[in-house]
Amino acid sequence: MNEPILRPLLGGFALLALLASEEARAEAMDHAAMGHGAMNHQGMPAQNMNHQGMNHGMMPQTPRTPLRPITDADRQAAFPPLPGHQVHDRQSNWAVIVEQLEYQNFDSSSALNWNANAWIGGDIDRLWLRTEGEREQGVTHKAELQALWGHAISPWWELVGGLRQDFKPASGQTWAAFGIQGTPLYGLELEATLYAGERQQTALRLESSYAILLSNRWILEPSLEANFYGRNDATRDQGSGLADSEIGLRLRYEITRGFAPYLGISFNRAYGNNAEQIRDEHGDIGQTRLVAGVRLRF
Amino acid sequence: MLRHPTRRTFVKGFAAGSALAGLGLWRLPAFAAPAVFSNELSGQHFELFIGQTPVNITGRSRTALTINNSLPGPTLRWRQGDTVTLRVRNRLGEPTSLHWHGIILPANMDGVPGLSFAGIEPGGEYLYRFTLEQSGTYWYHSHSGLQEQAGVYGAIVIEPKVPEPHRYQRDYVLLLSDWSDQAPGELMATLKKQSDAFNYHKRTVGDFIDDVASNGWQQTVTERKAWAAMRMSPTDLADISAATYTYLLNGQPPDGNFTCLFEPGDTVRLRLINGSAMSYFDFRIPGLKLTVIAADGQPVQPVEVDELRIAVAETYDVLVRVGDLPAYTLYAQSMDRSGYARGTLARRNGLSAEVPEPDPRPILSMADMGHGAMADMGAMDHSQMAGMDHSMMAGMQQHPASESGNPLVDMQTMSPKPNLADPGIGLRNNGRRVLTYADLKSTFADPDGREPSREIELHLTGHMERFAWSFNGIKFSDAEPLRLTYGERLRITLVNDTMMAHPIHLHGLWSDLEDEHGRFQVRKHTLDIPPGSRRSYRVSADALGRWAYHCHLLYHMEMGMFREVRVDE
Repeated sequence: MNEPILRPLLGGFALLALLASEEARAEAMDHAAMGHGAMNHQGMPAQNMNHQGMNHGMMPQTPRTPLRPITDADRQAAFPPLPGHQVHDRQSNWAVIVEQLEYQNFDSSSALNWNANAWIGGDIDRLWLRTEGEREQGVTHKAELQALWGHAISPWWELVGGLRQDFKPASGQTWAAFGIQGTPLYGLELEATLYAGERQQTALRLESSYAILLSNRWILEPSLEANFYGRNDATRDQGSGLADSEIGLRLRYEITRGFAPYLGISFNRAYGNNAEQIRDEHGDIGQTRLVAGVRLRF
Repeated sequence: MLRHPTRRTFVKGFAAGSALAGLGLWRLPAFAAPAVFSNELSGQHFELFIGQTPVNITGRSRTALTINNSLPGPTLRWRQGDTVTLRVRNRLGEPTSLHWHGIILPANMDGVPGLSFAGIEPGGEYLYRFTLEQSGTYWYHSHSGLQEQAGVYGAIVIEPKVPEPHRYQRDYVLLLSDWSDQAPGELMATLKKQSDAFNYHKRTVGDFIDDVASNGWQQTVTERKAWAAMRMSPTDLADISAATYTYLLNGQPPDGNFTCLFEPGDTVRLRLINGSAMSYFDFRIPGLKLTVIAADGQPVQPVEVDELRIAVAETYDVLVRVGDLPAYTLYAQSMDRSGYARGTLARRNGLSAEVPEPDPRPILSMADMGHGAMADMGAMDHSQMAGMDHSMMAGMQQHPASESGNPLVDMQTMSPKPNLADPGIGLRNNGRRVLTYADLKSTFADPDGREPSREIELHLTGHMERFAWSFNGIKFSDAEPLRLTYGERLRITLVNDTMMAHPIHLHGLWSDLEDEHGRFQVRKHTLDIPPGSRRSYRVSADALGRWAYHCHLLYHMEMGMFREVRVDE
């Protein structure tokens, strides 16, 4: 799906580069011609020449330091048959960021929660992997993996599209995903993703976080995740409209940039139809969880 | 590699020894006593090899890539007019090369793999041979991958045919560099994963409170909003800091205390070379004046200063008349103030003088990035700016079309200026007389003399967060060569559309810096282009071939801030 965007873009760049080089070449030729003109200068009536505003009063037409005549040996030395220089500007790169890997403690129980992103690719196009999930009392009741192609459309925004596979709850669910992610302000990250799933279910997820530097190692990070659904699906805790939210506040200490233990609190809440479904099952619709975990970056 | 502890010790302390010195003839320069940076080779033929050497710079054993087993490589002392030959053997498991930075020579001797020659394969060798037209202080380094960061660099001193009009009793090379115990590839990968990973001096909540206390709520919030909208940190002065770097003076860390000796009453010539991969330094000797006599190897009208900023790949020659004290500190703080390289100018070994604390850490302002009087506009969306009709706004900088809508261009300057008389960020009003580019005045007239017949304007562009760098928003691998015609004289104008300073180096041809009025000012091989600046220079296309043209911050170059300049007939 990024192909159609990518191709004209690349084509455009190539065309621009080509135009620029053509222009430079044409200009260079102009001047080469002018240089020759200047050689026969003395015999010519000055007004016939196009000097393009050149100052003839003081400026010499030939360099004070004479140019060396070029020999065939010079030509050979200057242009050995070579493929061109290589730098690392097309190299693929990657990163793995485990935002949350934590133990959560709340009134009725405890849980293990994870939320991680990874990317591999270039500066414009990247393959993104996202995963999140939760295990409670040894049972995984939420687990999903997304594989998205990301394409930068501006310095701060990237379009993403791909697949999301839920393994839990229930028997799982497959979705097509399309969204945007970026940095609306320094330190603020935002992801908004639309999903179209089996059984005509649709969903929207908003995720955001902001890094507040208490020091250059103590970082307080408020975060928000909210899920919306198009229709009710009680077996999967999906109620139409805003279904659930997690508002977190985590304080981490970056021992290194890649390893930061944290403590925090997470307010999880269900809303609307989803809340009613949970209430019917005598579940909690609002929970305050104390969390302890580690943030990793590889 | 760790089986040779004696060699490791040797390399750590090599500056005091001279086991490798002197293959070739030794010549005394006209007025100078022998240079004491002992690992020096002189003559007309040189045997060099690039290999691996165990080193211990920070207390941990690491493997450096070295020239003739030393870090830095041997100082090569040449004589103007000589034809030198250098046989360079590769003892690495990967291709290598040596580039003679700032030396005018045939293209196939320039040492850039893929442009000048094929590189030197493992186990192979290359015979460099060229005639030295120039004299002065230069340096050499690998132009293959990231080898320069790992230790493949050294100094070049070319004695002039006609003695210089300077008298001095001592002559020392001071080669500054940055060393990391992390492999260069790891540093590059880290920058791609998290470009601010090495910045441990970002502004915090505490700084916000302090700023509100001193500047008031409204001003502080307005300023914070402007930076937040730019998605940048005003503390980004260096991509890599002392968080991983140890800054070296002639291969010695600060506590190694590299020492140059003097006798009372001496005048000492110091040949400063910044052989860093990524670090600008601000150099001074507390208590002594520096008389700058050359920049990038080329003589300038002597100017007396207290301090100078040396961009990556630049060289400065200074004369210092020592005073009555037994020792003076050679102090080079990194531009981001995260650390320093240090040595001592002393009457005898073992002495030291007080080592200053680094200056307060500077913070970039909107004005620093050329948003001068229009600081309020800093908060505007720059990507939308690109689409505006700029002709309506007199004095505003135009930008190439390839920057518009380009995801890898995170900023455009609005009203850049040459800023030649600006000491630069962190050096203004510091109570010291700081060298600026406006102080550099060539001792000779423009050697070409013609007016440029055309102008090429190039913008330095990039994306801090994605750590992507380019000219005009186009990375090297996607760009066509810049084509020059043999014999033409052109003007290159560089506009910095980023928040970082970039040292721009053109191989094979001189870069003749122009003053604000477009007149020839000084001849250089590397030009510092600070953020918010627009600087012009003249180039005479007097050497055929394919030449590298790039930012000399190693990881900017590797990420694409690079062009091939092709001079055809």
